[in-house]
Amino acid sequence: MKNYEIDVAIVGSGGAGLAAAIEVKKAGLGVLIIERDRELGGITLQCIHNGFGLHEFGEELTGPEYVQRFINEVKKLEIPYLLDTMVIEFTRDKVLYAVNNKEGLIKIQAKAIILAMGCRERTRGAINIPGFRPSGIYTAGQAQRFVNVEGYLPGKTYVILGSGDIGMIMARRLIFEGCQVKAVVEINPYASGLIRNQVQCLEDYNIPLILGYTVTKIHGRDRLQGVSIAKIDTNFDRVIGTERFIECDTLLLSVGLIPENELTLQAGASLSKNGGPVVDNNLETTIDGVFASGNVLQVHDLVDMVSAEAKRAGQNAIEYINTRHGKDVKRRNQINVVPGENVNYIKPDLVNRSDLSKEIIFTLRVKFPDRRVQIQLKDETGRTFYTKNKVYVIPSEMIELKINLEKSNVNPDCKKIQLDIMPRPEVLVEEEE
Amino acid sequence: MSESSVVKVIRCIVCPTGCPINAITDKDGNVTFEGYTCKRGLEYAQQEYHEPKRILTTTMQVENGFLPLIPVRTNKPIPKDRLKDVLKEIAKKNSKAPIKMGDILIENVLDLDAHIIASRDLPEKK
Repeated sequence: MKNYEIDVAIVGSGGAGLAAAIEVKKAGLGVLIIERDRELGGITLQCIHNGFGLHEFGEELTGPEYVQRFINEVKKLEIPYLLDTMVIEFTRDKVLYAVNNKEGLIKIQAKAIILAMGCRERTRGAINIPGFRPSGIYTAGQAQRFVNVEGYLPGKTYVILGSGDIGMIMARRLIFEGCQVKAVVEINPYASGLIRNQVQCLEDYNIPLILGYTVTKIHGRDRLQGVSIAKIDTNFDRVIGTERFIECDTLLLSVGLIPENELTLQAGASLSKNGGPVVDNNLETTIDGVFASGNVLQVHDLVDMVSAEAKRAGQNAIEYINTRHGKDVKRRNQINVVPGENVNYIKPDLVNRSDLSKEIIFTLRVKFPDRRVQIQLKDETGRTFYTKNKVYVIPSEMIELKINLEKSNVNPDCKKIQLDIMPRPEVLVEEEE
Repeated sequence: MSESSVVKVIRCIVCPTGCPINAITDKDGNVTFEGYTCKRGLEYAQQEYHEPKRILTTTMQVENGFLPLIPVRTNKPIPKDRLKDVLKEIAKKNSKAPIKMGDILIENVLDLDAHIIASRDLPEKK
């Protein structure tokens, strides 16, 4: 078995893994990227539309352009990487086991690990659509890879279930390739992706967006013949009599993404409700020296945010190696951060009491859209110590808050911090975007 | 608003608020905008009303490439009503590996004063 020894091992080479690797290498530490695909770049390579890079590079780029810039930097810095290599296990001692078709089984002893495996798509199985199992049912990202990278069209006439950004972008992409998109069907009463995509991917091409409906039946035995859709009430029950048939040969599912954490779970790290690992404000998981960033931690809106988070993970891994690695310094004194009213999840899950004087980045998503709200942080006694007004919140837009808890007069001995998104009190007149 | 005026609704995409902006054309053909809540919104509505433009992103076939396709885009926004023509033009062409990001694959496509450029490096087939 081939053995590697390295300061930092990075699992995955997408927008997160590449950014973290560059950060670590620039600090003079050794780094190794492990990638299961045939080339560096991750899923951003198949996102050929524009809209990336405004935060990171100050200009609007396509996905491949964005990631190419990172790849060029990785090559310039001569950062080593393994391709076609799948990590099959890592341990609390920061030993990674991986396989590829050249070296067989590989053992990598690292001082720190950065998890950057990204996320995976929810499938038909996750939403239980009744019917046969004909060909012609794909997840949107899978179809995106076929169309944009491999050069195959999965079908001719489409229905897309789910109005997430990937679903809407695929609708336009398929129109460009001469296909017909009959409808985008969304279970919620609002589109779940960005308004920009609603306008530029659906309305520009007169693709109907059917809100408050879902696919209730798959028709066809060998090849998909069509789908039944029906109206859904507020309890997500089907409304009898609203069912109708749409003929199509392909159904794309854009019904959510889940952080890819089989390895993390297997290693014994705790996961939180959103499917990502429990992390402290340094993005360190419950295993010392193992950090998580990018979509493996939480599904982001933009790769720019992924890279920014990964740089932080890189910096924190460096800090860990320089100060705590090999020493018996345990993180025990932590405050729990919990989601409250209209909060789907919040990261980090834990704040180190020793970091209260630092600026901490909180990221969260709401459960439902709302207007004129107030973000409130409370401790376990119910005392509100931080508020911020927001004009508009929507589940598809991640909210980022930079907060110095000490300056916000948090009780330094509190056990728990809860974040609520509440209707704004009437007395306030100040508006903040 | 007089009865002879024509209203076109433009949904603003500048920020997530998504204000509905009305472009109102009166009987003399003058256009005014209502419903925007910021300056950027007004600018967007004016551009979108008078000359909507888009950056086109698609793929082009590659000969002898590591992959069969290369992702491409226009180097600047082009008129929305010409997207289809440009797609047809790209579909007619083949490019040849190796390709570098930013390489011009079609120069001044359909005289629109925009180039089709490569979105990534693409090495040759090994």
